[in-house]
Amino acid sequence: MAVNTQTWWQKGRVAECDELAEGVRRIVLCPDRPVHAAPGTHVDLRLDLDGHARKRSYSVVRSEDGGRRLTLGVQLAPTSRGGSRHMHGLEVGDVVEMTGPVQSFPLGVGADRYVLVAGGIGITALVAMAETLRRRGADYTLVLAGRSRRVMAYLDHLVDTHGDRVRVFVDDEDVRLDVESLVGEVAGSPAATRTEMYMCGPIRLMDAIRRAWAAHDLPEPNLRFETFGSSGAWAAEDFVVHLPQLDRSVHVSRDSSMLDALEDAGVEVMWDCRKGECGICQVKVLDVSGRIDHRDVFLSQQQKEAYASLCLCVARAARGDSESGSADPAAVTLHLP
Amino acid sequence: MTTLDSPPVTAASKIFNFPRNAWYVAAWDHEVTAKQPLARTVADRPLALWRNSDGRAVALADACWHRLAPLSKGKVLGDEIQCPYHGLRYNSAGRCTGMPAQETINPSAIVPSYPVVERYRYVWVWVGDPDLADPDTVPDMQQMDSPEWAGDGETIYAPCNYQLLLDNLMDLTHEEFVHSSSIGQDELSEAEFEVSHDDRHVTVTRWMRDIDAPPFWLKNMRDRFPGFDGKVDRWQIIHFEAPSTIRIDVGVAKAGTGAPEGDRSQGVNGFVMNTITPETARTSHYFWAFMRNYRLDSQTITTQLRQGVHGVFGEDEEMLAAQQQAIDANPDHEFYSLNIDAGGMWVRRILDRMLQAEGLPAAAAK
Repeated sequence: MAVNTQTWWQKGRVAECDELAEGVRRIVLCPDRPVHAAPGTHVDLRLDLDGHARKRSYSVVRSEDGGRRLTLGVQLAPTSRGGSRHMHGLEVGDVVEMTGPVQSFPLGVGADRYVLVAGGIGITALVAMAETLRRRGADYTLVLAGRSRRVMAYLDHLVDTHGDRVRVFVDDEDVRLDVESLVGEVAGSPAATRTEMYMCGPIRLMDAIRRAWAAHDLPEPNLRFETFGSSGAWAAEDFVVHLPQLDRSVHVSRDSSMLDALEDAGVEVMWDCRKGECGICQVKVLDVSGRIDHRDVFLSQQQKEAYASLCLCVARAARGDSESGSADPAAVTLHLP
Repeated sequence: MTTLDSPPVTAASKIFNFPRNAWYVAAWDHEVTAKQPLARTVADRPLALWRNSDGRAVALADACWHRLAPLSKGKVLGDEIQCPYHGLRYNSAGRCTGMPAQETINPSAIVPSYPVVERYRYVWVWVGDPDLADPDTVPDMQQMDSPEWAGDGETIYAPCNYQLLLDNLMDLTHEEFVHSSSIGQDELSEAEFEVSHDDRHVTVTRWMRDIDAPPFWLKNMRDRFPGFDGKVDRWQIIHFEAPSTIRIDVGVAKAGTGAPEGDRSQGVNGFVMNTITPETARTSHYFWAFMRNYRLDSQTITTQLRQGVHGVFGEDEEMLAAQQQAIDANPDHEFYSLNIDAGGMWVRRILDRMLQAEGLPAAAAK
């Protein structure tokens, strides 16, 4: 499989945009230096959000004409950190700063069976993979899960294209995805160890699948996933970070990450991936008032439950369901090295 | 479409580009082991080649996901390869299976893995779009492991563009000048030749009747027919298969015994097996072997033939290196063609079509 991790910044012009589903906008970008975007690639955009340059990643749904036209699908997040709101404000003719296609979620070749699992807008990472698998004549299943058909982008198109290979689960129709039975089915098949699962969606869904995958002792490298660290167990809310060593506290608003808020406040921290994968921005937790919404894939489940550390780039504090009635914002006290 | 920034391309480009959607030999089968990875660059892609515990050959990109340390300097551990620098481990699909000092694996940790087929004593790799890799399109080199043929070969590291090697093998008149002490003779450039082709193959056929056998062939005839002395009918039938495999059916038979009509029983027949792997635009791995269909049991003859051809090809190697140097020293000079280049020009046209299908220009970047 080809893995392209070369990135460069260039300009991209918005050639088309329209509504794909409720709250989901299709945006076609024409980059200055077109490169074909393989299935699983994303582009990073540098957006000006409230006076700060912020990087946001969006999966490439479709690459046409050698990458001259790259289609993105962006859901307006109810708890947007600003990125999706900005993207929904783009008009035809606007110019954005973007990278070439970045590949960190490549589709493998040669597995006996493929299972693609999309939670909500996560489908944008999997549309091109499903199309490639169909063209290869591979044995694959496409699992689509969402809150409501109205908000599920590409649903009709995928059902038309992939027919019996698609399984649809819709919360408001009470047809819910049962992660245990999905993973159990993989584990029980003769091709269990030669099945690759690719998933993209809310961290809660992906955590559940990762737990089930481990519980069934399926090979860890066969579970492929991508997260941009943008979803958590609880909706984003304002919270406070206490830094006793610096003798100060920093307020994190619901549309900012903890890392951005600390940097904006002049606190120097180290980071790299900014999507909860690498662990570079991991810091020790001294105290929590409320819950930690980890949102990363770096810490193991045990490490997350221990509340001893978190990844600054994606983690949040939330009142969750722990302190009902309290009006105080959640707070986390960190040890910054 | 012609644009101003694309250089003009003549049919006889000097530095010909190489298609990537093709099978190339990366190594002889015995070079790839479960003990130590092999570093080899194929079509500009540095590879680490090794065998996992079930003996299957694996080709991964030769750069760790983390800090790009070459995996070929690492260790093979059963079904995995371990980076020599920080110990990251990868399986044969290139997926990271272990990272030091952390409980989880970064989901983006992966190195490219390339399709591999083992056939005809070679390990073939496909460094293009893996979806197009069809094992049925591995070029035919069946004499390499057929019980009806015996022989062996070597690898030449050639400091020249792969197309210069293809030119060299598609036109054998150069034997008269480059290999005058072994296989060259005047009749080569005097004899008529025929060229035929389809969309993947080119064949050049040349017969020389009732001539003296040059030293190499006289020795071979005497191996089979002790004491032979006399005129021979000699043939060279060059079979090219895209992108860069050339099998040359060569031999001599006692003159007038019907070889041109199909009866080769009174002669000796060899197949010069050549498959060329571009390493970079200016360097190539040239895998060759000489297979014969007589005295199959004689290791002595196998060794003598390998050494003999080694000497002959050393003469080509020297010429090709000098040719590449002259090309680089004369960047503005174009190639001209002779009538004898017809076979080589058909090869270029077939390759050019493969390149076009991949959206690549015929000429490699300077």
